[in-house]
Amino acid sequence: MKKLLILGAGTAGTMMANKMRKHLARDAWEITIVDQFKTHYYQPGFLFIPFGMYNRNDVIKPKSDFFPVGVNVIYSKIDKIQAKESNVILEDGVVLKYDYLIVATGCKTAPEEVDGLNGELWYKDIFDFYTIEGAVALANYFKTWKGGELIINISELPYKCPVAPLEFAFFADAFFTERGMRDKVNITYVTPMSGAFTKPRATKMLGELLEQKNINLVPDFAIMEVNNEEKKIMDYGGTEVKFDCLVSVPPNLGDEVMERSGLGDDMNYVPTDKHTLQSTAHENIFVIGDASNIPTSKAGSVAHFAAEILEENLMCAIEGRPFTGSFDGHANCYIETGYGKGTLIDFNYDTEPLPGSFPFPGLGPFGLLKVSRMNHYGKVLFRWIYWHILLKGKEMPIDSEMQMAGKKL
Amino acid sequence: MATKNYGGVSVDVNDEGYMTDSSQWTKKVASGIATDEGVVLTDKHFEVIDFIRTKVADGATLTIRGINKSGVVNAKEFYQMFPGAPLKKSTKIAGVPKPESCI
Repeated sequence: MKKLLILGAGTAGTMMANKMRKHLARDAWEITIVDQFKTHYYQPGFLFIPFGMYNRNDVIKPKSDFFPVGVNVIYSKIDKIQAKESNVILEDGVVLKYDYLIVATGCKTAPEEVDGLNGELWYKDIFDFYTIEGAVALANYFKTWKGGELIINISELPYKCPVAPLEFAFFADAFFTERGMRDKVNITYVTPMSGAFTKPRATKMLGELLEQKNINLVPDFAIMEVNNEEKKIMDYGGTEVKFDCLVSVPPNLGDEVMERSGLGDDMNYVPTDKHTLQSTAHENIFVIGDASNIPTSKAGSVAHFAAEILEENLMCAIEGRPFTGSFDGHANCYIETGYGKGTLIDFNYDTEPLPGSFPFPGLGPFGLLKVSRMNHYGKVLFRWIYWHILLKGKEMPIDSEMQMAGKKL
Repeated sequence: MATKNYGGVSVDVNDEGYMTDSSQWTKKVASGIATDEGVVLTDKHFEVIDFIRTKVADGATLTIRGINKSGVVNAKEFYQMFPGAPLKKSTKIAGVPKPESCI
């Protein structure tokens, strides 16, 4: 029996297990997936929790609901990958051999990387919303918060779901307005980027939205430390911002397994060919989702589009053909702007987010770089699509390759 | 494609003033760009620039974190040496592309 081993049963790993089981004959290929946790989190839903729109039960399901028949599932921590021997060693010493390995171990927040971030005020006046614990703690905090300086700070790039902190700011504006206390809450968005976003047109559009919503912007802020006594954040350049409530996007790091295995860069991301999705160091290792170092967003939509390419290229490798799939870095993000409206961006390695309609040129129904009610429904509907179609690796009516039709240059 | 002249050497630059051909870079060119950026280069600056050029030649992504761990300079000193936006300024002076924050 040949062996395909998948490390990580999050969005990317689960999709790959479903896709590959369909391709590979069960009498010839054994597929095994390893993850230390039994719960699957719908991570895009975390953003909604602090504002009471979703609760914990809306964003969790057992991982086992999403594995296809005929895949071995092992719930265990991973000690290390021995790439030269094509072995993976689990925490308890069990050795798993593989012919092909898919690394889908994702990335996670590392608040300990910023001095003082997870100090005495952590989960008292300082929160993250990228973990279920942080999102729930913040929801409870907001229930009785009297207002003051609300600071949203991004520690450094890259981080998961690049638009989420902006959505958080828009939601906060709407939330405190609806509670009749917006005049008591001063919202400031503090970012290491030079504006609201990276690429010019989206930055302009989103920057204008911040302004309209009376949200202050502090750009080019590279956080050095959090001062818990004086409740302020300080950057390397000497800028200081005071907070009453700090909502932080901590640094994101890849899994420590990569460090132990000598497979990661200085942030534990695995060096990966951005088009083929093959590890740059080992031919029989492929990397998908947040675990890789490819220069695109760390987001489920990217993993989804990349999964179609990886499915194709892994079959090429298995059948000894040259790679035919080439990933273009496609990302597609719904951005909640508050009050039941949203906007949408669609981009790849080479093309910045542009205005237009999506997915059908001229028709939509979604508007790119436009604020509309329909875009919000897209995001709301997406949770259903995620649980029922996407994780199971079924086809979606959206091309994995970014399309220019319907876009205005 | 625009060109700029630094101390008698003509180099190709993009519309943001970043050199497009790293092989045209010399220390003299670096000093010229630094003057435009309001930075006076010391030996320490050139150590950092060397580190940046080597990293970029290896295909690595430049980050403040990477600079901080470089052993050449820590993040705080880096900010003092290239005030304001140190990564943008230092890469411009080092004749390498502006670091893309890829999100």
